[in-house]
Amino acid sequence: MDAAYSLARYLARDAAAAEDIAQEALLKAYRNIDALRGGEVKPWLLTIVRNAYFDWRRRDNGRTVTGPAAEVAMAETPAEDTSAEDAVIRQGDVAALRRAIETVPEPFREALVLRDLEELSYREIAEITAVPMGTVMSRLARARRMLGERLGVLEPIS
Amino acid sequence: MSACPDKELLLHALVDDELDAGNALALEAHVATCAGCAAELAAIREVKVQLKAAPLAYTAPQSLFDRLDAAIAEAEAPPPRRRAVRAETWVMSGAAGALAASLALLAFIPTGVSLQSELVDAQARSLEAQHLVDVETSDRHTVKPWFNGKIDFAPPVVDLASQGYPLVGGRLERIDGRRVAALVFHRQAHVINLFIWPGDAPAEASMQQKDGYNLIRWGQGGLVFWAVSDCDAGALTGFQKDFAAATR
Repeated sequence: MDAAYSLARYLARDAAAAEDIAQEALLKAYRNIDALRGGEVKPWLLTIVRNAYFDWRRRDNGRTVTGPAAEVAMAETPAEDTSAEDAVIRQGDVAALRRAIETVPEPFREALVLRDLEELSYREIAEITAVPMGTVMSRLARARRMLGERLGVLEPIS
Repeated sequence: MSACPDKELLLHALVDDELDAGNALALEAHVATCAGCAAELAAIREVKVQLKAAPLAYTAPQSLFDRLDAAIAEAEAPPPRRRAVRAETWVMSGAAGALAASLALLAFIPTGVSLQSELVDAQARSLEAQHLVDVETSDRHTVKPWFNGKIDFAPPVVDLASQGYPLVGGRLERIDGRRVAALVFHRQAHVINLFIWPGDAPAEASMQQKDGYNLIRWGQGGLVFWAVSDCDAGALTGFQKDFAAATR
């Protein structure tokens, strides 16, 4: 349940939309529970969440009120956290880390969330996102590089 | 200085434990002699460490559970049971239908953590982290309103000082992905955490042990109660009887 909501939240980058998406996906999962047939629950459920997200994005296209991630992030920034824009993120600063993840573009962000937050295997991620394993690996590498740069851990590639 | 271009993806796979032993050994041998790849490997590890160090995954809000309940109840009237999201209730009572089974599966298997473990963890956490209570008072008239607006139900609050279980205070806990009330009582040198949330459970108390703690569960007035403590079973049973009697 949490995994479904969390993925929806990181994909949509909006709390209300994430709830809509997760609700739709969980209901769909519940209705189709027979299709699971002893497989792994989590990859199956997250595939449904991902599809629900794309449905939502298609529906919402053109009338979306959600700004770019940066805007959302700014709106959610607590008042005391208005230090320099490019300040290195403090270790363990959950809100800042979440914002940093949200600034990673979508296919890379998705791979990162599925691997480093949901701890799925490359193979599972490949199945969920319907791309070859090699693509999963390169997306993950790019996502970590972008995030590493934001964290001040990795130097930008020149 | 950067990693060898043909090795970069493999370095990630190494960190992720996705390489077979042969490739892992070969790559490690290479890293031992290549400063660029070694630095890259360390950086990837550091990113992963930082991601692991913080609870970055979101937990589902209570409103989502409520909306699912409502949507399913609407689709399948009459609903088998109102709050069917608890696997434990389902397992123990053996009385829920396909809805409970399905949702319990969804709610539980991904986490792999039993409710009892969560409760014991919450108990242990409350003792370790100096976070026993959010509102510290033995006055039940202070504790009860404190929960207003923080949770969507009103837990019964009583002080059992005269029975040997003085009320210490209350706090919020997150158990099984939802906000629950925790009341804290003392029993001599021991602490009793009483976790409360809406749901169905048999009125008759059932006792179990986990990791050296005693746990008692019972249901009353549409709420589920779990008392957790390291005090002896007799004392906890006495607490359960006194609390249930005082709130009946």
